[in-house]
Amino acid sequence: MATVDIRGVRKTYAGLAFETIKGIDCAIADGEFLVMLGPSGCGKSTLLRMVAGLERITSGDIAIDGRVVNELEPKDRNIAMVFQNYALYPHMNVYGNMSYGLRIQKLPKAEIDRRVREAAAILELSDFLFRKPRALSGGQRQRVAMGRAIVREPSVFLFDEPLSNLDAKLRTQMRVEIKRLQQRLGTTSLYVTHDQVEAMTLADRLMVMKDGIAEQIGTPLEVYRNPASVFVAGFIGSPAMNFLPGRVTADGGAVELTGGVRLATQLTGGLAGGEDVTVGVRPEHLAPAANGAAAPSGNEVQVAVDLIEALGADTVVHSRLDGTEDRLLARLPGSVTVTPGMTLTLTVEPGALQLFDKATGRSLSARS
Amino acid sequence: MQKRVTFNSRTLPYLLVAPQILITLLFFIWPAIQAVGQSFQREDPFGLRTAFVWFDNYIRLFGDPFYYHSIQITLVFSLLVTLLSMGVALFLATMADRVIRGATGYKTLLIAPYAIAPVIAGVLWLFMFQPTIGIVAYMLDQLGYDWNYHVHGNEAMMLVILAAAWKQISYNFLFFLAGLQAIPKSLIEAAAIDGASPTRRFWTIIFPLLSPTTFFLLVVNIVYAFFDTFGIIDAVTSGGPGSPGATNILVYKVYSDGFVGLDLGGSSAQSVVLMIIVIALTVVQFRYIERRVHY
Ligand SMILES: Nc1ncnc2c1ncn2[C@@H]1O[C@H](COP(=O)(O)OP(=O)(O)OP(=O)(O)O)[C@@H](O)[C@H]1O
Ligand SMILES: [Mg+2]
Repeated sequence: MATVDIRGVRKTYAGLAFETIKGIDCAIADGEFLVMLGPSGCGKSTLLRMVAGLERITSGDIAIDGRVVNELEPKDRNIAMVFQNYALYPHMNVYGNMSYGLRIQKLPKAEIDRRVREAAAILELSDFLFRKPRALSGGQRQRVAMGRAIVREPSVFLFDEPLSNLDAKLRTQMRVEIKRLQQRLGTTSLYVTHDQVEAMTLADRLMVMKDGIAEQIGTPLEVYRNPASVFVAGFIGSPAMNFLPGRVTADGGAVELTGGVRLATQLTGGLAGGEDVTVGVRPEHLAPAANGAAAPSGNEVQVAVDLIEALGADTVVHSRLDGTEDRLLARLPGSVTVTPGMTLTLTVEPGALQLFDKATGRSLSARS
Repeated sequence: MQKRVTFNSRTLPYLLVAPQILITLLFFIWPAIQAVGQSFQREDPFGLRTAFVWFDNYIRLFGDPFYYHSIQITLVFSLLVTLLSMGVALFLATMADRVIRGATGYKTLLIAPYAIAPVIAGVLWLFMFQPTIGIVAYMLDQLGYDWNYHVHGNEAMMLVILAAAWKQISYNFLFFLAGLQAIPKSLIEAAAIDGASPTRRFWTIIFPLLSPTTFFLLVVNIVYAFFDTFGIIDAVTSGGPGSPGATNILVYKVYSDGFVGLDLGGSSAQSVVLMIIVIALTVVQFRYIERRVHY
């Protein structure tokens, strides 16, 4: 068991003029499951590979269990890694793959056998021990890669998008298995993904990354409820959050949208009247107003519906804020009947509004 | 829409492949048939009288100690050429695989020798090792070593092996490099995390994964050493020194017995034996290529 401390870590790849990782701090507790989430190219793998020792750290420190490991070889860090393409040794059978590291450690044969068979039993691989990787399905290969990590009994698991090569159904299933396994073993884990559902369901804590920076670190719910920036708000949640241009009213108790509609909010306390902001509201926090109230007031907006996606349980409504070009997405219960072309009045759930600084994109909630 | 190109005329396709077939017939099939025919005949040196002697040439061949000597040195020669050129090529490819900056420059330089004709390669090495004018011979002389491959059979052998191996390194290098680059980096990284040292990674992961390439090259190199080294031998040692010739490998012996010794029947019998060897090697290679995946 181990803690992982990432302190002011930066990375500039040889030959590149810019930093790929621009200073990340994060303390991961013993047994914690940290998920790094972000768009392609934001540096997730780079950060993970620095923890693994596969990539040099340009500056800053990474410590595992309090010991700085910057200069340690991967094998001396007591970590195990599961790669996106599984990286199974194609010329060895499942048993050979899982026992490779143990044989190098020169563990007694009986001990190796015990560990391999135990891991195989947990992962339901017992029947495939003597098959070559090419004779396994994608899901089985993925489990072998997990098994190879487990048998080493490392203090940290590193996962680099381990499920991205699986089909949707298998991915859901393996996601649950990984979570169960990690809870059972209690091993500190760092997990890279760009799938937000995977991130939300697996994580004890999430690190949302963008362009080599950790935009926000927090529990999935914190990140969902109080996104630190427009980027995080837009990245977490599906369908994505609506962003509307707005301006704080003179009394500071509401924001005025483009069409002149005012929405009351408590968040603007510290803001000067007249300040331009970005107003964020999640599609699921919009509901049809009772009996289509005539004039929108306080927490209601009128929208012109132009497209419907009926998903059964929910209906996703694409619309424009009445009289403007600002688009608004709403997720309504499937029971509501909506048709394209109609005008709809939507209620914004109280307290659901998010305000962001128009210039920097940072959340303004902290200011209130 | 038809994806394959089709010919409307029936004769055009035949016309198009005719040159290739003609060349094959004229320069490969016809001489081969002649060789087989001649191997059953005995001819006087002036080509005036020819007698059909059945397997007499073969019987004489396999009763000839010089022929066994030639087989022996051919085996030594091919084995060492193959090992040396493949070993060095693998080493260079492993190094080149790691180079990031200026990689194409290195690769071009390493590939260049392949463009050189065998005779030229032979002459190049000849100049370096020539006992009276060669630079290497001079340096060896300075070190007190009496270098003279015109006299010492082992030295002559060593020299043709060096020249022949050097010439083939580029070819092997290309294939090994391609083989190495086809191995996913993550496999090596996984092995590193599993605690394998670089040497161990090489022998337990990289080398086994290269085995298809290695096997293919093994056959190609043996064929090369058996047959394509004629030019080098001819330029550097002409099969000598001494008798039986210290570097008189099978393919050179065909030439020296036939065209120098004018024993056309015996020489033809030797060609036929060589032909059988090359056919066997080719069969092995084709068989193997059919089921490419090895591990
Ligand atoms: N070895 C390298 N040399 C130079 N640049 C690199 C190297 N590896 C990655 N990069 C660059 O660093 C940036 C971050 O790459 P990284 O692989 O960490 O992204 P990622 O967040 O894992 O993306 P993905 O979700 O696509 O896997 C990218 O712009 C990439 O091109
Ligand atoms: Mg990645």
